[in-house]
Amino acid sequence: MVTQAPKIQVDNLTIRHGERVALRDVSLAIRPNEVFAIIGPANAGKSSFLKALNRMDLFTDKMEVAGRILFNGRDIRTLRNLYALRRRIGVVFPLPVGLPLTIYENVALGPKLAGVRERAELDAIVERCLRLAALWDEVKDRLNDYGSLLSGGQQQRLTIARALSQSPEVLILDEFSIAIDPITTMRIEDVLEQLRSELTIILASTSIQQARRLADRTAFFLDGRCIEIGDTEPLFEGGARDARTRRYLEGRFG
Amino acid sequence: MERFATTPLNRRNRRIQALLRGLFLLMTLLLILPVALILATLIVKGGPALTFDLLFSDPRLGMTAGGILPALLGTVWLVSLAMLAAAPLGVAAAIYLNEYAGDGWLTRLINLAIINLAGVPSIVHALFGVGAFVLFFGLGASILAASLTLAVMSLPVIIVTTREALAAVPMSYREACWTLGATRWQTIRRVVLPNAVPGILTGVILELSRSAGETAPIMFTGAAFFLPLLPQDVFDQTMALSLHLFVISTQVPGVPEPLPYAVALVLIGLVLMMNALSIGFRLWLRGSRRW
Ligand SMILES: Nc1ncnc2c1ncn2[C@@H]1O[C@H](COP(=O)(O)OP(=O)(O)O)[C@@H](O)[C@H]1O
Ligand SMILES: [Mg+2]
Repeated sequence: MVTQAPKIQVDNLTIRHGERVALRDVSLAIRPNEVFAIIGPANAGKSSFLKALNRMDLFTDKMEVAGRILFNGRDIRTLRNLYALRRRIGVVFPLPVGLPLTIYENVALGPKLAGVRERAELDAIVERCLRLAALWDEVKDRLNDYGSLLSGGQQQRLTIARALSQSPEVLILDEFSIAIDPITTMRIEDVLEQLRSELTIILASTSIQQARRLADRTAFFLDGRCIEIGDTEPLFEGGARDARTRRYLEGRFG
Repeated sequence: MERFATTPLNRRNRRIQALLRGLFLLMTLLLILPVALILATLIVKGGPALTFDLLFSDPRLGMTAGGILPALLGTVWLVSLAMLAAAPLGVAAAIYLNEYAGDGWLTRLINLAIINLAGVPSIVHALFGVGAFVLFFGLGASILAASLTLAVMSLPVIIVTTREALAAVPMSYREACWTLGATRWQTIRRVVLPNAVPGILTGVILELSRSAGETAPIMFTGAAFFLPLLPQDVFDQTMALSLHLFVISTQVPGVPEPLPYAVALVLIGLVLMMNALSIGFRLWLRGSRRW
């Protein structure tokens, strides 16, 4: 296999929330254009890990990050323009967040804040992202309705459209399906399949089946440690080295 | 055994529930009673004296006759200037405290100070106003000094209500905006403020109407006992409704009985109008942006 420079490289990452240690000494590398899944039970540290990647720790009280994170080889702690970093990383949260703006504005907000003024350009971005998120057909006639009037599943797709609005290189999804119905979940999984050739996708999930369906590689987190990382198929076919990973994948704890 | 049968415990719970419900209703009615009585008295006794002439002419014959135009305009002046000073300051402080300041000991100390300041009696604010604005800054007893005193008195309440309106905006909105690469100010401007504006406005207008009725803070700082001339600028003194009401009710002999009631009616009408304005504005905002 050809070794490429990793998209994101994490060295000795330790994350604390006040006294509580959320992540201990995690090192891993995420390759360009792969789908990377993080599985593990609740409180394993998945969300904390994802938050550190675009420096959301700065917005979280008492969250401390130690260790090194390289994005395209650049140490993100030395970046002065964190806003540019965040624009290159799209984020989807567990609960859909339709901002109290119109559907159009929900998607156009990011580009607008980044300085896009041309109406035609914004129109094109909105249409492209809503199509990518498989939402366009449902909302194309009511772009000026409020985003918060959409159903939960539609709002989650709106969130994805918004996350894609600045053509990010990395898309982070934190348990995107816990609050939405199975049909929408499948549609979003299809969307991710479409996107996988264009960007790097990192997703955290408590559903091991979802990781199996989507991910090229999977990491298993437990109690703030990264227990094991491997190619998804062999890992699920019983090839896990660690007994805890095997037990988790067999569904015997979680 | 029949599962839907009523047990003695069910009966007891139902009785307690009915009793409490009645009690709470009674309390509510008791609360409304004084308000209704006051309004009724004012309307019955002052209504006949509430004429066009009262609102739009000057007081005559040692304030025992004529109208209240200077006092009405004076109150409008005082309250408008006070809010012009207090609203931007208070909202800015609340934005800082809620959106920028961390949860450190200094922030807590400031919060504690603000809450305590909101509880300071208005006569203390009046004395502060005399010391600071009238004497130290040399504004003399003037509209400006009186408005600033009202502003200082209103600030804590404006800060507290604005903070509450800001805190009611879900954190998830801010996070969603930040992950798009928005700065804190962009987030406040685009997402937080539009959602908080109805609450902020309600707070500001309620405080404005409260300060319209205040007497102590203005009587030593710029409100005059009797001043038939309309003020020329903010360094003049002015009459004010609240003080005028106090004066004609207690200080001047020979005032015909309906007059103070009519003045009180005007003052209350002014306050109610401002409250209605705030409610109307809120509804309009909610109607024009649906969520
Ligand atoms: N904002 C926070 N404040 C305090 N503790 C937190 C916070 N976020 C997470 N934690 C703690 O960090 C640990 C890891 O949590 P998290 O990263 O959310 O795990 P996961 O996403 O895998 O459920 C948990 O013990 C959790 O209680
Ligand atoms: Mg989580």
